[in-house]
Amino acid sequence: MKERELVIVGGGPAGMAAALAARAAGVRDVLLLERDQHLGGILNQCIHPGFGLHHFKEELTGPEYADRFVRLVREDPAIEVSLRSFVVKLTGARELSFLRPGALEEVKARAVILATGCRERTREMIAIPGSRPAGVFPAGLAQKMVNIEGWIPGREAVIVGSGDIGLIMARRMALEGVRVKAVVEIQKTSRGLVRNVVQCLEDFGIPLYFQHRVSMIHGRDRVEKVAVVKVDDDFKDLPGTGFEIACDTVLVSVGLIPENELLEMAGGEINRRTNTPVAPAVNLTSVPGIFACGNACKVYDLADSVTKDSELAGRLAAEYLGAAA
Amino acid sequence: MKYDVIVVGAGITGAAVARELSRYRLDVLLLEREAEPAFGVSKSNSGIIHAGTQNPPASLKGWLCVEGNRLMREELAEDLGLNFVQCGQLVVAFEESDVKELEKIKADGEALGIRGMALVDRAWLDANEPNLGPEVKAALLVPSAGIISPYRFVYALVENAVRNGVQLKTSCRVTGITRIEKGGFYVEAGGQVHTARFLVNAAGLAADEVSAMAGAPTFKIHPRKGEEYLLDKKREHIANRIIFPLPSRTSKGILIIKTSDGNPMIGPTAHETEDKADLSTTDEGLAEVLAGARRMMPSIEKSDIIAYFAGLRPAAGKDFVIRHEDSAPGLVNAAGIQSPGLTAAPAIAAMVAGILKDHGLRLEPKAEFHRLRPKPAHLFQVTLAETRHLIEKNPAYGDIVCRCELVSAQEVRDAVKRGARTLDGVKFRTRAQAGRCHGGFCTTRIMKIMHEELGLAATEITKRGPGSELIKEERK
Ligand SMILES: Cc1cc2nc3c(=O)[nH]c(=O)nc-3n(C[C@H](O)[C@H](O)[C@H](O)COP(=O)(O)OP(=O)(O)OC[C@H]3O[C@@H](n4cnc5c(N)ncnc54)[C@H](O)[C@@H]3O)c2cc1C
Ligand SMILES: Cc1cc2nc3c(=O)[nH]c(=O)nc-3n(C[C@H](O)[C@H](O)[C@H](O)COP(=O)(O)OP(=O)(O)OC[C@H]3O[C@@H](n4cnc5c(N)ncnc54)[C@H](O)[C@@H]3O)c2cc1C
Repeated sequence: MKERELVIVGGGPAGMAAALAARAAGVRDVLLLERDQHLGGILNQCIHPGFGLHHFKEELTGPEYADRFVRLVREDPAIEVSLRSFVVKLTGARELSFLRPGALEEVKARAVILATGCRERTREMIAIPGSRPAGVFPAGLAQKMVNIEGWIPGREAVIVGSGDIGLIMARRMALEGVRVKAVVEIQKTSRGLVRNVVQCLEDFGIPLYFQHRVSMIHGRDRVEKVAVVKVDDDFKDLPGTGFEIACDTVLVSVGLIPENELLEMAGGEINRRTNTPVAPAVNLTSVPGIFACGNACKVYDLADSVTKDSELAGRLAAEYLGAAA
Repeated sequence: MKYDVIVVGAGITGAAVARELSRYRLDVLLLEREAEPAFGVSKSNSGIIHAGTQNPPASLKGWLCVEGNRLMREELAEDLGLNFVQCGQLVVAFEESDVKELEKIKADGEALGIRGMALVDRAWLDANEPNLGPEVKAALLVPSAGIISPYRFVYALVENAVRNGVQLKTSCRVTGITRIEKGGFYVEAGGQVHTARFLVNAAGLAADEVSAMAGAPTFKIHPRKGEEYLLDKKREHIANRIIFPLPSRTSKGILIIKTSDGNPMIGPTAHETEDKADLSTTDEGLAEVLAGARRMMPSIEKSDIIAYFAGLRPAAGKDFVIRHEDSAPGLVNAAGIQSPGLTAAPAIAAMVAGILKDHGLRLEPKAEFHRLRPKPAHLFQVTLAETRHLIEKNPAYGDIVCRCELVSAQEVRDAVKRGARTLDGVKFRTRAQAGRCHGGFCTTRIMKIMHEELGLAATEITKRGPGSELIKEERK
């Protein structure tokens, strides 16, 4: 099995920042594995502005923000980038297996940084009852469809959850001529940034229902309507408050879950509720020589914070490698 | 065109009948109203190849189940390349006094021909099923039960039937049936009229309507809904066998089910409904299933759930309705196929062939019947060493599309080549979109592969047939 000094899994902002920082701190050999065909991670589909205000002191779109790092990574010959490379296995001894078109590769790393990001919580995880027609999308998938593919998923939408992705998608859909009829939030307040509530909903006249839940999805082949009901402080339905909204699309934006299946495989301890690594400090895991950063470590609101903390992860890995050398 | 036999419905029953008839020198047409086979009841069930316990010893469904179970173990799993796992089942009792009930189930089962059953005590259970809760006192072990992917079972039968000359027409609903005076039927479907000497009605929930259309309004289907909840693959090893509570009068109770793809499942409920299209899950159903499952395994949590669905058992009374209708000569009903229909289907098919023969159909074996169907390659079923071998032969096996379930671009292409026309069809064949992210990452990629393979525009790609398009508009 080939030996590498540092292997980083995930080529989003976290993986790239960690790679660059590790190099700056003296690591001589970095292999950066990304399963997509581009670097940049989730930023590639975030075409809205609002990135980089802290780090670059300017307002960039997601792809512009990513691009600044992609260029630096590409310029550094000691960072080998392997795209379309999907890591399927990690052991506690830091052996990695990854698949790419044409090969199954195995490497042994002296240190590993996991920068695998998040997946979305789904309709299923919050168990919205009803039928299972076409037209129910995780909001991030809808974002990818609209922004990357130019596919408009529906004509009339209801959004479940008022996190940032839900808010941003409400505006994005409205800009594409989709009637966004409501954002339904079970909590008393939005989990999203205040600026997003204002810029994405209020400016577009999209109603936001706090302390309400979607209690049923109707429609056989395609969504036809949803039932909505008001809930009390214990999330119990308030009788007599139910109403229906006709729509053909439901976007579900109910939070993100860190992707830590690889860490789990390697025997790392995981908090079952948050799916984050259990460790004494940020970027560490319970397995020596395996680090985690970015959204895999905890769910961040801002890409700039991801960059900052991930640079620290790069330095921690460098320190670990120095100590081990 | 003139057929010897038209089979209505490509669920497990129709698929098994078609494959059985494809052994003989017959012209057979299989008609399905949905975009693909297995989109009816046969897609939403527990996937258990039942041993046959808990059926009355004198019932048709009891002995057909035991025979279907035998056929699966001894022939079909091997011949059709099915991923059947004979994991066995336990029927658990919560009271010492219920051990008598277990003994009765054992005696009834033995009368049906089920072998190898044994009563096991708490010490055995502690050693073999450590996650069972403290309330469980004893159990009946039934080794012949197993699990299978229900839709892949249907696809395998249909593919093999087609390989042996059966004609399959999907998106082809039977809308009218006229009896021909000299015998046989005109069958209107999908804008065409076909002629058949014999008609096999395997139309599941619509079987009463189809039978009436053919002139035999002899029974009524009363759907009984079952909600099922799938758990994360991380909980794969929570149980080593299928766990049943002692059955109640209306159902086998809430089970803990191993599935052949790894995710454990809990369910199903059993509630009568009048609406044949009601596939909704409910808050009440979820609460009932969780309570039932947690009584047997308290460590199961609501947060383990990653997916859910409901299915409707097409019940017509207490037993299957498998018979020639003398009031409509040439019509054979294979109806009211409630649980354990998935298990019994191959035995039902043999019985239907026998009935057809008794009513004058000549069953002359083909010179060459292709009994075997090559097993499709699935990365999630093989070791890393085998994966390496597959990728070396074909690089596209290394091009991963679905990250949660480890499905490659090649598997998606294979699925389309083997007949998938919808996103659900791809999901059922490959598991892509069936994992914890529910297609969040892979849906767009699968749609592009379908575009490449089938020439469909994004706006034409459906979840499960016309009306379920995903995209309303494409902007360049
Ligand atoms: C819709 C949305 C809007 C946002 N808006 C803003 C905003 O306006 N301003 C702001 O500052 N921040 C915003 N953020 C937050 C910020 O973009 C994220 O916190 C940040 O992108 C997370 O970076 P990451 O590298 O940890 O994860 P990701 O960007 O998700 O990257 C993870 C990478 O790992 C790869 N990967 C995963 N598993 C494997 C594997 N097994 N093998 C190989 N590769 C793998 C993935 O393909 C992916 O490329 C937004 C986030 C989202 C989702
Ligand atoms: C919740 C649940 C759990 C179950 N668990 C198990 C289990 O673990 N083990 C087991 O053995 N059994 C189980 N069953 C039972 C099993 O699923 C059924 O017995 C079996 O699937 C019935 O198959 P079928 O082919 O008769 O019906 P279907 O699969 O419904 O097939 C009938 C087909 O006919 C088509 N059709 C209808 N009308 C027309 C028309 N006019 N023209 C053309 N086509 C038409 C339909 O579209 C459909 O595809 C379960 C059932 C449920 C609901």
